Amino acid sequence: MNRFLSRRTWSTLTLSFVFALGMGGAVSASEEPADAFIKRVSSDILDAIKSDKSIHNGDVNKIIVLVDQRVMPNVNFLRMTASASAQVGAKPAEQQKRLQEEFKILLVRTYSGALGQVSDQTIAVKPLRAAADDKEVLVRTEVRGKGDPIQLDYRVEKTADGAWKVYNMNVMGIWLVENYKTQFAQEINAKGVDGLIASLADRNKTNARASK
Amino acid sequence: MKRAFVKRSWLGAALVVAVLSTGCASGPNANPKDPLEPMNRSISRFNDSLDENVLKPVATSYQDVTPDLVQKGVRNVFNNLSDIWSAVNNGLQLKGRDTAESLMRSVVNTVFGIYGIFDVATPIGLERHSEDFGQTLGVWGVPNGPYVVLPLFGPSTLRDTAGMPVDTSADFVRNLDHIPTRNSAMTLRIVDKRANLLGTSNLLSEAAIDKYSFTRDAYLQYRRNQVFDGNPPDEEDLPDPSAEPAVPSAK
Repeated sequence: MNRFLSRRTWSTLTLSFVFALGMGGAVSASEEPADAFIKRVSSDILDAIKSDKSIHNGDVNKIIVLVDQRVMPNVNFLRMTASASAQVGAKPAEQQKRLQEEFKILLVRTYSGALGQVSDQTIAVKPLRAAADDKEVLVRTEVRGKGDPIQLDYRVEKTADGAWKVYNMNVMGIWLVENYKTQFAQEINAKGVDGLIASLADRNKTNARASK
Repeated sequence: MKRAFVKRSWLGAALVVAVLSTGCASGPNANPKDPLEPMNRSISRFNDSLDENVLKPVATSYQDVTPDLVQKGVRNVFNNLSDIWSAVNNGLQLKGRDTAESLMRSVVNTVFGIYGIFDVATPIGLERHSEDFGQTLGVWGVPNGPYVVLPLFGPSTLRDTAGMPVDTSADFVRNLDHIPTRNSAMTLRIVDKRANLLGTSNLLSEAAIDKYSFTRDAYLQYRRNQVFDGNPPDEEDLPDPSAEPAVPSAK
C-alpha cells in the first residue's frame, strides 16, 4: 500500500512537472506548430483589413504599410530572393541587397493589391501532415469567401531561434518562387543582374504611379 | 450539328499541324516547355488588344451596372451546368466520391436552387470538384505537350487543346437549339467569366516583369495542380541558396 502510494505520488509529481513544461512551451513561440503560426499571422492581417474603412475604399498604400509591419517580419525574404535568382549563384553583397529591395517592393505591392479585394473571406487551415521536429513544413490553407474556395499554401521553415518563417507560397497551385525564377532568368540572360534590377525598379515605378 | 462539330475539329487539327510545322523557331534561350514561343507571343498580343478594347470594358461595365445578387445568380447557373460535365469527368477519372458529390450538387441545385440560381449544395457540404476533359487526359498520363496560346481562348497546352472539342460537344449552352438564346447565353457566360477575372488580371500585369512568360508559367503550374487535385508531387527540392556560404561563383 505504502509502495502504491509512493508510486502514485511520484507519478503525479512527474506528470505535473511535464505539464508545467508543456505549459511553458505553449506560451513561448518556439513550440508553436507551423499551422498555428500561419493561422495567427493570416487572421491577424485579415482582421486588420476588415476593421479599416479606408482600405475598403481602395487605399493600397495603407495596406502596404500594414503588410510591411505585420507580414514581412514573418517572411524569409533573403531565401526567397536567393531561390528566385539561384541561377547566378552568389552575387556581390551590394547587388544582392538592391535586388532584394526591389523584389520586396514588387511583392509587397502585389500582395497588398490582392488583400485590397478582401471582403468577407476567412482562412481555413487544413490538417498538418508533418512530424513535430520537421524544420521545413508545408501548410495548406483555403480562403473561403463568395466563390469557390481558393487554395493558398505556404512553405515555412524553422529558424535558429525557433520562430517560423515563410519562404514560398502558392495561390491555386502557382508557386511564387518558381514563377519568378523564369522571370529573373529571362532578364538576367538578356541584360545581366543589373538589368534585372533595373527592370524591377521600372515595374515598381509604373505600379506606384497607377495607385496614385 | 454532328457534321458541323466534325468539321470544326478537323479545322482545329489542321490548324494545330500547321502551327506546329511553322512555329518551331527556337532561340538560344528557348524554353523546352514552350517551343512555339514566337508564335504564342504574337497571338497573346492579339488577344491582349482584343481584351483591352472589347472584352475588358464590357466586363467592367457589366460588373458596375449589374446588381451583385444577379451576378451571383448568373455565375451559379453556369457553374451548375458545368457540374454535370465535372461529374462525367470525375467518373472517367474513377473518382467515386467526387462523381457522386458532383451529381448530387447538380440535382440539389437544380431542384432546390431553382435551376441553379442559388447554390444550396455548398452550404450543406457538397463542394465543387471542377474537372474538364484535359484534366481527365492528364490523370491518365497524357503529357502536356507544348504550351499553346489559342486565338480568343488564351493559354492552353496541346493536351488541353485536344480535350477542348470533347468539352464543347458536351456543353449544354452550346447545344441549345434556339440559336438567339444560345448566342446570348454564350456571350453572357464569357462576360461573366471575364468579370470574375478582373481583379486577377490587374494583379497579373502588376506582378510580372514579362507578362507573357509569367502567364505561361502560372498556367502550366495551375493546370498541373488541377490534374493532381491540389496536391502535386514536388518537382524538385527547393534548396536554400541563402544558407550556403558566400563563395564567388565561377562565372
